[in-house]
Amino acid sequence: MSDRRTGAQIMCEALIRENVEVLFGIPGGAIMPFYHALPEYASQLRHVLCRHEQGAGHAAEGYARVSGRVGACVATSGPGATNLVTPIADAWMDSTPLVAVTGQVGSALLGTDAFQETDITGITLPITKHSYLVTDPNELPRVFREAFHIASTGRKGPVLIDVTKDAQQARTVPVWDVPMDLPGYRPTYEGNARQVREAARLLAEAEHPLIMAGSGVIWSGGGEALRALAERTGIPVITTLQGKGAFPDDHPLALGMPGMHGWVHVNRAIQACDVLLNVGGRFDDRVTGKASTFAPHAKIIHVDIDPSEIGKIVRVDVPIVGDARRVLEALTEAVEPRDRSSWLAEIREMQEQHEHRQSYRKRPESSALMPHDVYEAFDRIARERGGYRVITDVGQHQMWAAQLIEWRDPGTHITSGGAGTMGFSVPAALGAAIACPDETIWVICGDGGFQMTNQELATMRQEGIRNVKIAIIDNGYLGMVRQWQELFEQRRYSGTPLTGPDFALLAEAYGHRGMRVTDPAEVAGAITAAWDHDGCVVIDFQVEREANVFPIVPQGRSIGEMMTEGVAE
Amino acid sequence: MRSTIAALIQDHPGALNRAVSLFRRRGFNIHSIAVGPSETPGIARMTVVVDAEHVEQVAKQLYRLIDVIKVCDLTDERTLQRETALLKVHAPSASRADIVALCTIFHARILDAGSHSLVIELTTTPATLDRFTDLVRPFGLKEVARTGQIAMVCPVHRERTATLTAAEESELDFEPNPLAV
Repeated sequence: MSDRRTGAQIMCEALIRENVEVLFGIPGGAIMPFYHALPEYASQLRHVLCRHEQGAGHAAEGYARVSGRVGACVATSGPGATNLVTPIADAWMDSTPLVAVTGQVGSALLGTDAFQETDITGITLPITKHSYLVTDPNELPRVFREAFHIASTGRKGPVLIDVTKDAQQARTVPVWDVPMDLPGYRPTYEGNARQVREAARLLAEAEHPLIMAGSGVIWSGGGEALRALAERTGIPVITTLQGKGAFPDDHPLALGMPGMHGWVHVNRAIQACDVLLNVGGRFDDRVTGKASTFAPHAKIIHVDIDPSEIGKIVRVDVPIVGDARRVLEALTEAVEPRDRSSWLAEIREMQEQHEHRQSYRKRPESSALMPHDVYEAFDRIARERGGYRVITDVGQHQMWAAQLIEWRDPGTHITSGGAGTMGFSVPAALGAAIACPDETIWVICGDGGFQMTNQELATMRQEGIRNVKIAIIDNGYLGMVRQWQELFEQRRYSGTPLTGPDFALLAEAYGHRGMRVTDPAEVAGAITAAWDHDGCVVIDFQVEREANVFPIVPQGRSIGEMMTEGVAE
Repeated sequence: MRSTIAALIQDHPGALNRAVSLFRRRGFNIHSIAVGPSETPGIARMTVVVDAEHVEQVAKQLYRLIDVIKVCDLTDERTLQRETALLKVHAPSASRADIVALCTIFHARILDAGSHSLVIELTTTPATLDRFTDLVRPFGLKEVARTGQIAMVCPVHRERTATLTAAEESELDFEPNPLAV
């Protein structure tokens, strides 16, 4: 018996060498050789059959986001591969480490419009960190090694490996100790010492400084380092949507979320601050509003592992290219402490002033179930219980979750931020549930997003997953678009009213438990019952249909121009 | 306003596509692009001239590509620029002498001659090529092929000091405006 193996076997072994334990995918013609080899490796490589390739991709993302490891998914050529485009784009926008393996038609057929041929490396060119088209099985060991290295280092991101069917079938003796050939890839981790000193000087001299933490803090494991810097300097901390959990929301220095749906006092503080340290965030337009008016009085220090993010949206006074955790540690050492209590008190006073106008904090005079009731109950119960992750989808429910739940630990708040992919949450929960079998994975999603990918409930059933609990904030609308139509388009509800099936019955049809809640008094009981139930649960929270997310900064406007209760401030 | 970017790129399938795609994404028109082997085997050098003013961000994003090894924005640098053109000009005996005289002035070479046309080769700066083209156009310009501009930073004129090693000097030559912030 020689050491000759098929390309497909080499692919399986390469995945195992990269410590991949689980692979989300769907077979098809061009990836069949790989699937033929897979059972030999079943003890080391678990395959989860999804119901749609988009689900497989998001599941791999969910797995990556909660574990910090590279998520892996697999699909066939043509439509299988194009169905992965959305999760690949999602991973690109949110810097999620993902390796997508696709089958491709035989190399002799490349470029001939063969059955199920699409140029997937071409299609994904602008949304992958890198990609490979492999036609020679001898390249597979190096390509897989490079792909996982690229996906998981520097600014993380998706890498695509497209393998022709003949390369999967051909036999060769794999050579595993091949060096990587990446002369153009050298991520910078240590911040430039001179720039760090300059940043430390600015922070020490600042009267009204702020720290804004993005997802880079979470990916780098920099939560502790951020806390150390904030506590040493007394500088208040803002966390962006993707930075939620990087700094505990119940910390005395925590201010909350900035931007389009940020709190009034947070956006006001940004507009008033004299130094802004953005660590691990990319000044997304949902954070900055009209960028030319963002933080007009501030010197800006931008820490990012990706040099191409620096100066992209806002002018930067001190750029620091590096790993968020390491730069935070260096800054903590270099910075002189100073009393910032009067600045913090000023912000808290601002917060108090606006509290009475924040309808989102209070129940209106109505007996209808408000979305806020669900979040309030969830926050309370989750705090008591611990051991959970929350995955949100995209829309109103997502913003309420970011605003109304207190996030305390890195990796507990997972959402599709940059791409804003509706349908992300249910399959992402599948991946998260496999990565964290001992935790409770909560999905909070809308009735619109839920209906985009809920077929993965069947995958959960088939895989015996019992720790996913889904709360649908069901308002019978594509709610965020409806809200914009209400506020900015004279209530012209075009294409937003939405019906659904009986979600509780649907859950039962998939073999899970389904519940429906319409009464505010039943919310806490339903959440508790779902938490205690040994199996997946879907709760249909039928909420007030036209509740809005406030505050809101109209798109393209300065974050100083917030609307609360439908009136511009 | 035009900008010139030079980049060293691994000579892989798709690498050029990836690089050029960044300009497309921003809606920048590529005025010219020239690619060929560099001093290092397996590494190609690409010179792109774009009709755009602010290319720093594209240059940084270019640098982010895995296949790209080095990027240099040459727009504001003191550079030597060259481009080669082949021009087929209508040249009956009546106007032939005038065309040949123009070629002499511009140091252009006549590569081939037919009964009614000449093929002229000229290597010079892109601006001079434009002028020459304009001058021969009235004679009847049948065909033009241009290679696209290539550029190289002028050698540094500086007293060689003990602190500046040969390697550092070569760095200076290629990357007077390093992008790594």
